[in-house]
Amino acid sequence: MATSKNSSAEIINEVEKAPPNHPDPVTPSGIEVPVVVGPDMIDFSKLEQPGAYPFTRGIFENGFRGRLWTIRQYSGFGTAEESNERYKFLLDQGQTGLSVALDLPTQCGYDPTDSMARAEVGKVGVSLSNLGEVERLFKGIDVGGISTSFTINGTASIIYAMYCAVADKQGVDRNKLTGTIQNDILKEYVARGTWIFPVKPSMRLIADTILFSNKHTPRFNAISIAGAHVRDAGCTAVEEMGYTLANGLAYTDELIRRGGDVEKFARRLSFFFYVHMDFFEEICKFRAGRRLWAKLMNERYGVEDPKAQMFRFGVVCGGSSLIGSQPHNNIVRVGTETMAAVLGGAQSIFTCAFDEAFQIPTEHSAEIALRTQQIIAHESGIARTVDPLGGSYYVEWLTDQMEKGMMSVIEEIEKYGGVEKAVEDGWLQMKIAKRASERKQAADSGKTVIVGQNYFRRDDQTEEVGEVFKLDPMATARVIEKHEKNRETRDSSLVEKSLVALENAASNDKNNIMPYLIDCCHAYATVGEMVSTLKNQWGEFQEPVRL
Amino acid sequence: MSLEGKRILIAKPGLDGHDVGAKVIALALRDAGADVIYTGLRKSPDYIARVAVDEDVDAVGLSMLSGSHNEIVSETLLHLKELDASDIKIFVGGTIPRDDHAGLREAGVSGIYTSDMAIADVLKEIELELRNA
Repeated sequence: MATSKNSSAEIINEVEKAPPNHPDPVTPSGIEVPVVVGPDMIDFSKLEQPGAYPFTRGIFENGFRGRLWTIRQYSGFGTAEESNERYKFLLDQGQTGLSVALDLPTQCGYDPTDSMARAEVGKVGVSLSNLGEVERLFKGIDVGGISTSFTINGTASIIYAMYCAVADKQGVDRNKLTGTIQNDILKEYVARGTWIFPVKPSMRLIADTILFSNKHTPRFNAISIAGAHVRDAGCTAVEEMGYTLANGLAYTDELIRRGGDVEKFARRLSFFFYVHMDFFEEICKFRAGRRLWAKLMNERYGVEDPKAQMFRFGVVCGGSSLIGSQPHNNIVRVGTETMAAVLGGAQSIFTCAFDEAFQIPTEHSAEIALRTQQIIAHESGIARTVDPLGGSYYVEWLTDQMEKGMMSVIEEIEKYGGVEKAVEDGWLQMKIAKRASERKQAADSGKTVIVGQNYFRRDDQTEEVGEVFKLDPMATARVIEKHEKNRETRDSSLVEKSLVALENAASNDKNNIMPYLIDCCHAYATVGEMVSTLKNQWGEFQEPVRL
Repeated sequence: MSLEGKRILIAKPGLDGHDVGAKVIALALRDAGADVIYTGLRKSPDYIARVAVDEDVDAVGLSMLSGSHNEIVSETLLHLKELDASDIKIFVGGTIPRDDHAGLREAGVSGIYTSDMAIADVLKEIELELRNA
């Protein structure tokens, strides 16, 4: 708990009727942009071809000509059965990958019957407390034939274990599994809050999932290092990329410590970001990040294999750039952001629904979000040639500027003592809270223009979208009923045995935890039971609360 | 405008980990002169009520983005009542659908704030509510 007091400061935010009639010369990341960027400001001799190190222009020499990006929509709510229906609908509509949202009890490691969990069961995603629920979630869907992305972190290893177990149950070879678990705990301590264990054992758990996955599910991405949440929490685009690459380096170090071969595991590291509204900053963020990561892999770790130098990333278009006032305007925002993601060379794109700022999307709004991507993919022609903006004076100049900024962010953290220390101390959390305050102040004061919110506002046009999705109030009761039934019908001696083995494995740093978690899943042990068992050995993260 | 001398607890109930709004409002309240206490994540309504009483606060701000606000607010109010502290005002912030506003106010919530509101307006409202207390 933190107590603090400051002298009184009046904050006055009188926004004028119309924004200034000229654009702000400074980008949201604080880069001052000249009126004209000329050829003398760029070193074109350093600009490589697409598909060549350090990959400024993209990781593939043929860009999207070989294959379009994966269209991946985030969904999942209420019970496994309801989510299963929604997935089948989305697959029928031409979606090419599934994305699973999980409820907070599953994300934080509590069973639905836990007193901490009851109010949150099924609220922001589906409840997957045991293997039975995962089997129901993928009923009638061949897990060997789809790619599934799970937005899961604190309990990522357990959900990944469940996915392996469900493949076993369906008779699908584990090596056919494709998809992603987010599994990025460092940003959870900073921005998203679904941490469970202290930093050190959490890092071990993540390294274990990656090393196990490389061997047994070689087409699966066992981590998606995410900048999205720190961005939404308040960071600039440069900081988003800088912090995320710093986290990537921390995982790389831990993987090497646990015996991983960087030339191998780095091939399956992937990244995940938000796209906000400043069009060219967002495009250049991806170009600069891709280049910087390749250089870091090569220069720091001596990575030679191009596949292990490649920066692959997925994005979300929307997030906190979407607002509740005049919500249909968000469709335009998402469209603009999607174009930036494509021009930046994203491997997979998720588009938010326009009503997502204030509710779970309806089927109608979710469909518009999907169609937005399809229009850009198939009508706009922007994917026709690789990196169509490459060689633009402005784009190349801004890419250079942003890369420099990202490197300073990484150096600042390293100077402080590394990401792990910055997170344990709450230093990074405090920095981001400060940024969030600044961003809010910029919006309130009208420095940042938000159409329909701080300018051109009409108070009679908020949130009235006509159709509101309602969660079934009985869904929680059904989840709890199924959970209790699982506990009654399973072989409890098998559960006991698998949990004891898990605890033994956790007590020795030499063991890889994954096989033990998969055994627990097959025994129908619950997420809560597995987490409590690991807490016995590892304890819990103590949140540094600082203001 | 001043919240000088007022004590306010900003709390994150339930499992939702999005604490930006809570921190932004905590910092703004502090800048406006209030004594601000922030609980950190994952606190139960029972814990929040006890801290509110122990710290002798004038108001509690509950920040919630996961859709569990109705349950959490009613539980928090219940615990405050049990502790004979119903005079402590409750404010709510986060993702709160408009349809739920009337119900929350009826239950006893003094103010509901969403992210599109200007901080200055939020502070003004809180100050007014606490002045009348």
